[in-house]
Amino acid sequence: MSKADNENLYRARAFKNMIAMVLSCGATVFGLLWLVWILLTTIINGFQALNLRLFTEMTPPPGSEGGLANAFYGSFLMSGMGLVIGTPIGLMAGIWLAEFARHTKLGNAVRFINDILLSAPSIVLGLFVYTAVILPVSALTNHQVGFSAIAGALALALLVIPVVVRTTDEMLQLQPSTMREAALALGVPQWKLTLQIVLRAAKAGVVTGVLLALARITGETAPLLFTAFGNQFWSSNVLKPIASVPVVIFQYAMSPFDDWHSLAWAGALILTLFVLVLSLCSRLLLLRNRAS
Amino acid sequence: MNNLSLADEKTKIQVRGLDFFYNGHRSLKSVDMTIPEKRITAIIGPSGCGKSTLLRVFNRIYSMYPKQEAKGEVILNGENILAPGYSMNRLRSHVGMVFQKPVPFPMSIYDNIAYAVRHHEKLSRREMEERVEEALRGAALWDEVKDKLKQSAQSLSGGQQQRLCIARTIALRPQVLLLDEPTSALDPISTGRIEQLITELKEQFTVVIVTHNMQQAARCSDYTAFMFMGELIEHGDTDTIFTKPSKTQTEDYITGRFG
Amino acid sequence: MTENTQYMSAVIPDATSESEKRAARDHRHDAWFRRTMLGAALLVLLLLASIAGSTLWGGALAFKTFGFEFLTSTEWDAVNGHFGALVPIYGTLVTSFLALLIAVPVSFGIAIFLTEVAPPWLRMPIASAVELLAGIPSIIYGMWGLFVFGPFMAEYMAPWINDNLGALPLIGQVFQGPPLGIGMLTAGIVLAIMITPFITSVMTEVFRSVPIALKESAYALGGTTWEVVWDIVLPYTRSAVVGGIFLGLGRALGETMAVTFVLGNAHQFSASLMMPSSSIASVIANEFSEAYTDLHRSSLIALGFLLFVVTFIVLAIARLMLSRLSRKEGL
Repeated sequence: MSKADNENLYRARAFKNMIAMVLSCGATVFGLLWLVWILLTTIINGFQALNLRLFTEMTPPPGSEGGLANAFYGSFLMSGMGLVIGTPIGLMAGIWLAEFARHTKLGNAVRFINDILLSAPSIVLGLFVYTAVILPVSALTNHQVGFSAIAGALALALLVIPVVVRTTDEMLQLQPSTMREAALALGVPQWKLTLQIVLRAAKAGVVTGVLLALARITGETAPLLFTAFGNQFWSSNVLKPIASVPVVIFQYAMSPFDDWHSLAWAGALILTLFVLVLSLCSRLLLLRNRAS
Repeated sequence: MNNLSLADEKTKIQVRGLDFFYNGHRSLKSVDMTIPEKRITAIIGPSGCGKSTLLRVFNRIYSMYPKQEAKGEVILNGENILAPGYSMNRLRSHVGMVFQKPVPFPMSIYDNIAYAVRHHEKLSRREMEERVEEALRGAALWDEVKDKLKQSAQSLSGGQQQRLCIARTIALRPQVLLLDEPTSALDPISTGRIEQLITELKEQFTVVIVTHNMQQAARCSDYTAFMFMGELIEHGDTDTIFTKPSKTQTEDYITGRFG
Repeated sequence: MTENTQYMSAVIPDATSESEKRAARDHRHDAWFRRTMLGAALLVLLLLASIAGSTLWGGALAFKTFGFEFLTSTEWDAVNGHFGALVPIYGTLVTSFLALLIAVPVSFGIAIFLTEVAPPWLRMPIASAVELLAGIPSIIYGMWGLFVFGPFMAEYMAPWINDNLGALPLIGQVFQGPPLGIGMLTAGIVLAIMITPFITSVMTEVFRSVPIALKESAYALGGTTWEVVWDIVLPYTRSAVVGGIFLGLGRALGETMAVTFVLGNAHQFSASLMMPSSSIASVIANEFSEAYTDLHRSSLIALGFLLFVVTFIVLAIARLMLSRLSRKEGL
């Protein structure tokens, strides 16, 4: 090849490279643009509707003033219950995977299925709770108990479980096996050393998983649509329908009423802030743990 | 360390015809060995010779892994610890182990020591405090930590953490101490302190130490066993092994012809 | 010299029966522990089976009533009890594939930027920003789509598309329609923004796992950044990249809120992207609480079952492809 040919070849390659670099920068800017647009919209519209009434008054009928107090409470209640139900199950399954089934066929099958559940459509989970829990319970109690906060919490728990299983499995596996061996060599039984030593050593990572699960379920709408349903008024009865922030946002945003729209934006802002703060906290926790 | 002879010693552990299988592969071959009481026995040999495997048979720590299996006899206090009915719990209160990498439990220094003791014995608060102090003194750590017993064990240096692990083990008052390359993860100064500690420990315990550092074996131990490819090649008092070994393989290893 | 306290000679005093009892108790507790943990793990398996089973059972009425026609009919008549899934299925597939079409190249670009182009100090902030995007609840996307992006599309983009692309021969049909702002195109774009962070993070993680030695030797031979990515990184991570794409597809198929707001809930079949439609998830979300007949409800649950089966297959493929890479690493 002559020198000129080499030059041309190199120039062509360099040109291709430059195009690729420009495109990748462009893609990043493109992606960031949407983020900024969405966040700004939420902040501006939500901020305009922010006031103290949000936290003190109930969801109003169209045309009157009100707040989202019952929705905040409902979300708080159901998220809390969802965590309480889902976390222990997730922890136990994660412990089994990390301590008894690291390389077994059954263990890998469980991990596989768990990963699928992790990304499964949440609306189907809501349908499941409806058919498997609400319908039978409703029939059994003669239609006294149907849509309910506890059903919503169950649907949320189903979202919590895969997240906690995965994080627990990964975090426990990170603990050095020497720690287990040292405890065993001291005559400590496996159940004790797993719960009191290994799990404790992995505490930060496991808590991060729970925080991530919380961030996820707080923003979920679909699974609550036909489990918790919704409630215009304040309710703390777990056997009755209850309001939640995402469902109220859905209902209000899809309506033709302006005051409902601004309430929806306010709710959206609070929701987004809450989720972002949670994610930030879990990030910090993980970083601090890695540093020590 | 002179005038030592295995034949004159009282036997603590008697190994007869020990085979070890790791995932079907035979990694210990018909080992016969006597571990003398209240002496320090070092097991040396090149990487992969089976010395750690042999050590881990003495407290059956291998049994937590499904693909590992031991056959033969290992007699401690008149009983074969490999027998199916022999209680693991009892074995581990007689035989303690310190591992290569110090792993403190995620608790305070005090709790690290007290944790296993609590599981085995019911002691009053006063008795437990005495036991913890006894263990920390025995591990030459008491003076350094006596004012910060409630602090997390993670705050200690590497050498201190390893001495904590030793304290943790001797708190159970075992009869035998197994040390699996206890200083290979430590700096020279900590290594020196722990070696000194080991020589003191033999007053109360039978010590078996695995080390890839020949000089350490020569410094610390009374008896040395040389292993190669899963077999016990030679076993005798340390001076003789290092100055007048009777097998060529031993001599080759000692003189560094292979490692 | 340390101070040694006088030890008792280390014989465990009369502890044999005590320690035997304790040993037996520990053994029992360990067995129970293992059984309980196993139970929880089996619950995970049971959950999946139950979800499939219950949606199938709930949709059985619809399947039995309509048979195979359920999948091919475009009729959706709640009053007369005729339900056909074709429009929702079509809407789901079109919006998801459109989303992939946009998201995959963008994610790829961002992943390259994060792993090869960006200076080290920029990587963390940008990666955090991408994660932020992933964390935003989908209903926020929906609201933004409905109140901001939809009108934007209606005012600026839709007329342009209709006039210019709609005039093209053959494929022009796909771009013709009134400037509603709502429709398959808008929904596809919103979905694309939603799934981009997921695909990006999978790709970034996967690109980072390429052994540095491999890339360094390519650079040392004079390769440009693009060449290293195209010729070394991509082939090495090929199955995982495909896995990541399938993961994004799986998420897109099941996404409810982001789509429900901007797709329009129309039950007429339309070939044009500018027209409203419905997706499986949006139909269920919009109509379930108002479905008063058993057949209507059963049809909706049947749709849910279909969605579940399809996403299961897609996610299973994704998982298989992703685990191929970690096996290569000996992880």
